[in-house]
Amino acid sequence: MRLELVKRPQRSMLFSMLSPFIAFALTIIAGAIMFAFLGVNPATALFTYFISPITEVWQIHELAIKAAPLILIAVGLSICYRANIWNIGAEGQFVFGAIIGSIVPVLYPELQGPFVLPMMLLMGMVGGALYAGIPAFLKARFGTNEILTSLMLVYVAQLFLDWMVRGPWRDPKGFNFPQTVQFNSSAVLPELMPMSGRANLGFVFALIAAVLVWFMMSRMLKGFEVRVLGSSPRAGRFAGFSLNRMVFFAFMLSGALAGLAGISEVSGAIGQLQPSISPGYGFTAIIVAFLGRLNPLGIVAAGLVLGLTYLGGEAAQSVLGISDKVARVFQGMLLFFVLGCDTLIHYRIRLVGLGASKPQVAAKLEEAR
Amino acid sequence: MSLQENAVNLLEVRGLTKIFGSLKACDHIDLAIAKGEIHALLGENGAGKSTLVKMLFGSLEPNAGDIFWNGQKVGIPNPGAAKKLGIGMVFQHFSLFEALTAAENIALSLDDGAPIGTIAAKARALSYSYGLPLDPDSLVGDLSVGERQRIEIIRCLLQTPQLIILDEPTSVLTPQEADKLFETLERLRSEGKSILYISHRLEEVKRMCDRATVLRHGKVVGHCNPREETAASLARMMVGNEVHAVVRQPVEGIEKAQSLLEVVNLNRQPATPFSIPLKNINLSVRAGEVIGIAGVAGNGQGEFFEAVSGEVLQNDTASVRIRGKNAGGLSITGRRLLGAAFVPEERLGHGAAPRMKLSENLLLSRHATDGKMFVGAGGMVNSSSIYSAAQRIIEVMDVRKSAPDPEAAALSGGNLQKFIVGRELDRKPSVMVVNQPTWGVDAGAAAHIRQALIELARSGSAVLVISQDLDELFEISDSIAVMHHGELSKPMPIAEATFEKVGLLMGGAETGHPEHAAEVA
Repeated sequence: MRLELVKRPQRSMLFSMLSPFIAFALTIIAGAIMFAFLGVNPATALFTYFISPITEVWQIHELAIKAAPLILIAVGLSICYRANIWNIGAEGQFVFGAIIGSIVPVLYPELQGPFVLPMMLLMGMVGGALYAGIPAFLKARFGTNEILTSLMLVYVAQLFLDWMVRGPWRDPKGFNFPQTVQFNSSAVLPELMPMSGRANLGFVFALIAAVLVWFMMSRMLKGFEVRVLGSSPRAGRFAGFSLNRMVFFAFMLSGALAGLAGISEVSGAIGQLQPSISPGYGFTAIIVAFLGRLNPLGIVAAGLVLGLTYLGGEAAQSVLGISDKVARVFQGMLLFFVLGCDTLIHYRIRLVGLGASKPQVAAKLEEAR
Repeated sequence: MSLQENAVNLLEVRGLTKIFGSLKACDHIDLAIAKGEIHALLGENGAGKSTLVKMLFGSLEPNAGDIFWNGQKVGIPNPGAAKKLGIGMVFQHFSLFEALTAAENIALSLDDGAPIGTIAAKARALSYSYGLPLDPDSLVGDLSVGERQRIEIIRCLLQTPQLIILDEPTSVLTPQEADKLFETLERLRSEGKSILYISHRLEEVKRMCDRATVLRHGKVVGHCNPREETAASLARMMVGNEVHAVVRQPVEGIEKAQSLLEVVNLNRQPATPFSIPLKNINLSVRAGEVIGIAGVAGNGQGEFFEAVSGEVLQNDTASVRIRGKNAGGLSITGRRLLGAAFVPEERLGHGAAPRMKLSENLLLSRHATDGKMFVGAGGMVNSSSIYSAAQRIIEVMDVRKSAPDPEAAALSGGNLQKFIVGRELDRKPSVMVVNQPTWGVDAGAAAHIRQALIELARSGSAVLVISQDLDELFEISDSIAVMHHGELSKPMPIAEATFEKVGLLMGGAETGHPEHAAEVA
């Protein structure tokens, strides 16, 4: 007996829809096994992990806070990945956008008024876009591998932020803690429903970005260009589209969205710059993008699921006393199973006995007719 | 060898079947090859010839059926087993490393670990004894296609096979090179070796082969003696019905017509170590005429197409002129806007994006030229008008498909080609450049495409056709030029052109390659 992959003549719409759900189910099963090995009752653990974090209204707000940056970043990444451009450095663009967006509230805290916040957001986007422009330039000009350059620039951005908050931007009245001044009230992202929880405007940005990018990808010539260049670059060149321009477009647009996520996180959830401002949103967003089938609307749902793994990790730590690294394990398993299940879209799995028996062959012949 | 053994066939195949998904590529094939015969396997592209021989050579596993070798039932699980039995194969697409020498390439396929010097000496001796002179120390990258084929043949012969399978061996050869190959094959036959000869060229099958098996849609439709058939009757067996001949009315007063496409002193440096530089190409295509460019594959046709289409720009803007305007510095979009249309050689991945629908593939080449109709304000794609335009093309070109708007990869090669050609014809371009218009297209569809190209020219457009198929070029061209090593000969009016003359040019005569000229003479 062996398994055989048989190519489907057309991609399967059914499995295109089902594959994320199958992947999620497999992740739950593998997670249950993992909890059993950790010596916790899998049922309680899964309940603590996936259900208890969303049983109260304020917790839903927390989920929105976690999901917003994931969705914003993943929507941008989906453009890159559709164009077959591998931006792995959204974490760095997130951080750099946060730094540039924080220039106004950190250096000019006396500036106040309704114009401050839009200016910060815009600067955050520009910062993220410019930082993403570095790997884009290196790829377009020298043919460097963007996976390596964008990834390495993540560490540069993180260490730069670390140095800024310990050095030049440290709050002079902050008892030597490595952090900047608290942003003043006009530099803080407003909360949506302050009565029931902390969720802020960032989640609205994420939804708007998802809808706009969905519209661009499915209805506009630009989206067509992205898809053609991504799926068959030579046909794209024949169509008169430029791959180099696409590299800049995809990188800088996704960088801008990551930068927006960065400055939103800092001005919304945190309120100041610290040595670390992200629990790996830029990397987790890669999983979100693929779990959402690189479709901006699917990404909204996927972002909420992955946001839940962060909350579940915190809950598992406080209630069950297991490491919050469990969240990373779940995220990793989810990506693994999503990519694995995607095989089903293009292939059927068939069990083949050694030396297929005659009736089977006859059945195949019948089917082929 | 005993009498009894002589009576059985060398190879016999019964009920061999191979299924890919829902397609039966081979359906209960029966075939027998006697010792010392040249057996032709005839069929159109997609008839199942390649699938059948891949099963015989062990690269594919049959779903059903038996193979008998010298009367013994055998299984051929992999090419190694086939070689052990005594089956050798020369593939249509060569598997040679261009950066290695001929001898090194041969050594790679032998597993006896003999020193390279011994192999080179053996290869040299064998090649001369069969009249296929080959220098084992030359780099494959420097060799012509015909010479590369010799390496493949020698490599196969070194394993002393009883049965040699040749997959479309002459499709890459000049007529003179092909003649040389036929002599070798006849020698092999006289030594008692069997040859399975795959081709869709009927004349050469009639000339050489003792028996023929004809395939159509994966089934055997007949066995015959090709010498007793006419080319027309063989074609009927292959295609299943009569193929309409293409009609080409001669044009008058073409000398006075305006040149719509001009190529002036076009040069191009090779982009990679193994691509062909273009040297000083001059050509002018006038309104109303079809000019054909013949040549053995890999002599710069691909490079020429890229330069003319604008996928690669020229430094000298006057080196390509479309409708009297300098276009050398314009992108492919700019050249399309001047009225030119292009059909590249590769269908999937170049002329069309495989995983996109036909309607999206229509947008691929026409988003700029038909911008008003297909793309609305703010870059919005107008899906419904694209869809209806795609359906119109599908109807005009008789594209057969399984769904209203399928992915390009779901179409057969011929049907996709009809769509791609139709997509450009639908624009009524004033300049049309086509590379390999009917490669891999069945005879009926090929005739349709050729007729459409002639009609486009007669309606006042300039048509340039690059092809390796001489029959096709003689059918549709008003003049034929030949490309060899990146140089283009002067176009020859069709009335003066003969296979002989064009063949000599394809082999490099007259364009300054004395060694090749001497070889084919």
